[in-house]
Amino acid sequence: MRIKVVELVEKGFRLVAGDNGIDKEIEGVYICDLLSWVMAHAKAKSAWITIQTHVNIVAVALLAEISCIIIPENAKLDEEAKRKADEEGIPILSFSGTSYEAAITLYEMMK
Amino acid sequence: MLYYDLHIHTALSPCASDDMTPNNIVNMASIKGLDVIAITDHNSAKNVKAVYNLGLKKGLIVVPGIEVQTREEVHILCYFYSVDECVKFSEIINKNLIKIKNQKTIFGNQFVMDEEDNVIEEIDYSLLISSNLSINEIFEYMEGKGVAVTAHVDRPAYSIVSNLGFIPNIKNLTTIEISKGIVTENFLHSYPEYRKYKIIRSSDAHYLGDISEREEFLLCKSELKSVVDWLCGY
Repeated sequence: MRIKVVELVEKGFRLVAGDNGIDKEIEGVYICDLLSWVMAHAKAKSAWITIQTHVNIVAVALLAEISCIIIPENAKLDEEAKRKADEEGIPILSFSGTSYEAAITLYEMMK
Repeated sequence: MLYYDLHIHTALSPCASDDMTPNNIVNMASIKGLDVIAITDHNSAKNVKAVYNLGLKKGLIVVPGIEVQTREEVHILCYFYSVDECVKFSEIINKNLIKIKNQKTIFGNQFVMDEEDNVIEEIDYSLLISSNLSINEIFEYMEGKGVAVTAHVDRPAYSIVSNLGFIPNIKNLTTIEISKGIVTENFLHSYPEYRKYKIIRSSDAHYLGDISEREEFLLCKSELKSVVDWLCGY
């Protein structure tokens, strides 16, 4: 089932940037921290889980047409990344659990 | 013309051979006819002073350096105008490292040495780990103190291109390093957008035999300041 980014906020994901993109639809989940790999392999409309917090994640999300970025384990987002995500409307959500736990939550929501 | 190898590990880096002692490195670099080398251990400058002092005695320019592993797991070569600045930065990195015991039987020894190659200290926490400093923080810190160069950008691991997908706009990034085995022109053919940077090619030597021959050169005066200035793009 497709869900919208905004629905994640009710499930313990905290929106930290890109508010104006929260109506984007999510069709799948992708997990990887090597951005060169993500650029080559991520599918459009994915929720992408990564521990990287550099501004380049926003550029990669735009390029791969990612619906939102999820930063697990409360890792702190770089200021520049927040600015760019707000500018481009790429929602970034912070999550207290691990990547695995985030993926399970998404799986349950999309079942 | 100064023939260089600006990426050399000493016995302090766990992955480097215990034969990478200050005297062995300086002597090997001299035999190979190099004019300038840089010492770039992982996340520490504890062997820089010994090599620098030996270089002074033998007429070899030694650039004080550190290969920092950033929060993004990217390797950045930091080159300094002075040993003191380099050591100061080493202490800052040290405060930003999670201390995990070095499993030396798996990763190797981390020896600090004096000018006679005596082991004067052994670092017991691992230096092969990401610091809590970001790429941007490092470039900001280096302003005026030296220069930061992104290491082995052609590699599939620990490089800015592999980990961040491409080289972002960074103020003060003027020079990038490619691996010794890569032909510069081939690299630039694949990445034409990186023609705007100065390209250096160093050995990343972990063994004595890996240290570069007299092949790559810089066009600057034979002094430490000129070398770092050249890397800064001045």
